[in-house]
Amino acid sequence: MDQGILNLETLWFVLIAVLWTGFFFLEGFDFGVGILLPFIGKTDEDRRVMINTIGPTWDGNEVWLLTAGGAMFAAFPEWYATMFSGFYLALLLVLVGLIVRGVAFEYRSKNPNAAWRSMWDWAIFVGSFLPALLFGVAFGNLVRGLEIDAAGEYVGGFWALLNPYSLAMGVAAVAVFTFHGALFLTLKSKGVVYDRAVSVAGSMSIAATVILAGVMVWSYIQGDGGVVPGLLPILAVALLAASIWLVRSKIFAWAFALTGLTIAAIVAAIFIGMYPNVMTSTIDPAYSLTVFNASSSTMTLQIMSVVALIFVPIVLGYQTWSYWVFRKRIGREEVTTAPH
Amino acid sequence: MDAALLLARWQFGIVTVYHWLFVPITLGITWMVAIMETAWVRTKNPVYLRMTKFWGKLMLINFAIGVVTGIVQEFQFGMNWSTYSRFVGDIFGAPLAIEALLAFFIESTFLGLWIFGWKKLSPKVHVFTLWMVAFGTMASAFWILVAGSWMQYPIGYVINPATGRAEMANFLEIVTSKMLWSQFPHTIFVGFATAGAVMLGVSAWHLARKNHLEVMRKSAAFASVALLVGASGVALTGHFLGQVMVEVQPMKMAAAEALWETEQPASFSLFAVGDKENSRNAVNVVIPRALSLLSCNNLDCEVRGINDLQAEMVENHGPGDYIPNLFVTYWGFRLMVGSGMLMILIGALGVWFYLRGKLDEHWWFLKLALWVGIAAAFIGNATGWIFTEMGRQPWVVYEVLLTEGTNSPTVPAAWVATSLIGLSLLYGLLAIPAVYLFVKFAKAGPGEESENEDVAASMVY
Ligand code: HDD
Ligand code: HEM
Ligand code: HEM
Repeated sequence: MDQGILNLETLWFVLIAVLWTGFFFLEGFDFGVGILLPFIGKTDEDRRVMINTIGPTWDGNEVWLLTAGGAMFAAFPEWYATMFSGFYLALLLVLVGLIVRGVAFEYRSKNPNAAWRSMWDWAIFVGSFLPALLFGVAFGNLVRGLEIDAAGEYVGGFWALLNPYSLAMGVAAVAVFTFHGALFLTLKSKGVVYDRAVSVAGSMSIAATVILAGVMVWSYIQGDGGVVPGLLPILAVALLAASIWLVRSKIFAWAFALTGLTIAAIVAAIFIGMYPNVMTSTIDPAYSLTVFNASSSTMTLQIMSVVALIFVPIVLGYQTWSYWVFRKRIGREEVTTAPH
Repeated sequence: MDAALLLARWQFGIVTVYHWLFVPITLGITWMVAIMETAWVRTKNPVYLRMTKFWGKLMLINFAIGVVTGIVQEFQFGMNWSTYSRFVGDIFGAPLAIEALLAFFIESTFLGLWIFGWKKLSPKVHVFTLWMVAFGTMASAFWILVAGSWMQYPIGYVINPATGRAEMANFLEIVTSKMLWSQFPHTIFVGFATAGAVMLGVSAWHLARKNHLEVMRKSAAFASVALLVGASGVALTGHFLGQVMVEVQPMKMAAAEALWETEQPASFSLFAVGDKENSRNAVNVVIPRALSLLSCNNLDCEVRGINDLQAEMVENHGPGDYIPNLFVTYWGFRLMVGSGMLMILIGALGVWFYLRGKLDEHWWFLKLALWVGIAAAFIGNATGWIFTEMGRQPWVVYEVLLTEGTNSPTVPAAWVATSLIGLSLLYGLLAIPAVYLFVKFAKAGPGEESENEDVAASMVY
């Protein structure tokens, strides 16, 4: 059944890929900063500097996830239903992570007590690490394919999701986000936090490249059933490798652009590889959910398209403005005056 | 009932009611703080800046929990209610996605600008960011209620015979639904009434101690007006909502009134003890004709009873028990309306005392505002929603889809139990720091400093 690619279903598939890319690009560095909190933030002040680099924007970044989820529900209800019920326990852990992290940002500095602050610092670390890992695992499973039955339900259970390949994808996600976050700190902080971020970016550039390269090779070897990788994964690794040199030469802005492009290339590789499937069945290819059999009606897609065409540019506009307002680097001076 | 379904229902109820403890405060308080800051920008009177800062902090503590509990809401339709999601996604998913795109982005981005922008934005632009947040909360309420009211009153759709799923047929009809346009104003007024009650209660605590009199008198006056206007609006819109309900869900009104037999004219029940076995009430104290008045604005129209409606449902949909839980609907409705009356009273007293310059003179009023006012707001909110949602049972989409069998077939009861227990524990634990901080900052009162700089420093993380 060839329906070509010029149709609303495909447009929405692309838009959802764009939303996930936006989420991983933006929340990727938020996760990275959170993961680095105990490593770069040696003192309370340093940790406050780090948190304040993402303070004004982390919530807006997270809404990319909510929009991606909502768009999947609206445009591909079958995909939303199968994926979110299938990944149930993993998604529960993601939610727990995002909940404690979000509250932690808002509450940690509202009380000077050291035990209070250290509790929330842990919440930020765990709440950044766990979702980063599990989103990697989830996308790893989309790449491998899942046990989808004739009714379009995932029947593989929980433990099957934690297969070695998907876990490796999870580790790769953590590594790339941590590197991405370190680079973000080199652009947004000053003082000791900046110095430490520079050195972490140096080591993470190599670690992330090696891990990603390993997982990408694995994608090519594992073959049958899942996604055909194509050339994009090679490009992703090449971009990341190039950033090693940029970090050495202290050209951090460009290195950050490259980690961003790496993330985009990986999401693109996964989505292009899956197309027209949205969830590939390993039981029988005929059971796979595709953009055509999982989508909602033409009318819903049309309405959603009009709304997206008008409002996505507006959202991008004011989000960019907010990054512009907060473009200045944050250092100790910016946080020490606050009494709380 | 299947264990997974039962647990999924409990989970939905618990996490949603919890989300709704914080949401109505957000709906009202963002506007009120925006008004305070606007007053400061216009008059440069430092009292307004101190008010903005004090209430703004409480707003943020509340907002944080509203945001994080919302994330669960967005995903649990897919996690626990996959069959439901497949069936309604075409119609239900669109408002949810639109809500994220139109409302959540605005709320989160502009709130970040407001918190961190004190020194970076000019006062005018700064207050504008808070107005955007306030606008975002309205948009959010609107779009989620598009989804929610459609379940109560499904219109503008067709069932696709090939897939058996509901498909959108008329978007305009869905966003102009009379159910939506009665629920939306009711909910918005509820937001003002709730925020007003909380603000009045906190101000009363300080007034009773003669703390920060200048700020707290102004705040209490402002809060009393919000409470009076909000709660009166709630009652008025509630009356219209009730009429729409009688029309589209007569069973819910009959259940809310424990009205077994069709009556003309119909009386409003004040106290009833039901006897479901025999389809009648063992005890019933009534106000004659009042239900007719409530349902159709005249004293002698007919209101249909449970027995008739049950028979009609069986005729239309096959055998089954179509009567919702009577205890919950009956008492839920009464508690909601009762708290509305109390809130109007407290708001009116507040305005009255303020006009006579005696706001801080009557200790009994201050105690009433603190303990009864705040409690009534939360009780009214919880019971209102519980009544609305449980009153439509056994339907999840009214007269279209039964709740039974719409949960996820591949999610075993053990998983649902895990998430039910896990989320309940987590939410319970989160309430501790939230309440602790709220009370701590509420008691600390507004600082004396009144410069922009100090506010900036005390808001950032
Ligand atoms: C009438 C109002 C209303 C109702 C019935 C609900 N909510 Fe809500 N929700 C809000 C009004 C709101 C809000 C006022 O917009 C919040 C509260 C605090 C906040 O930050 O925004 C919010 C936050 C909020 C968020 C976080 C947004 C962010 O990150 O900024 C999500 C994902 C949801 N909600 C989703 C839901 C879903 C799926 C609901 C239905 C079951 C629901 N809410 C009921
Ligand atoms: C407007 C947005 C809302 C939507 C779309 C919505 C949707 C749903 C859905 C899908 C269910 C599960 C199916 C069922 O058990 O029938 C449900 C149940 C429930 N909801 Fe809502 N809900 C909304 C708002 C709320 C709010 C704000 C509250 C409470 C404060 C609430 C309270 C409940 C309760 C108590 C149940 C369980 C009812 C039962 O199973 O008997 N809902 N709702
Ligand atoms: C004073 C008289 C009041 C009347 C006559 C009234 C009437 C109603 C009715 C008939 C419904 C059910 C709508 C449905 O099932 O479709 C409802 C729902 C609700 N009520 Fe009230 N109400 C009143 C006061 C209050 C108060 C004081 C609060 C909260 C502080 C409140 C909060 C709610 C909420 C949250 C809902 C569910 C959301 C909605 O349907 O809009 N109500 N109300």
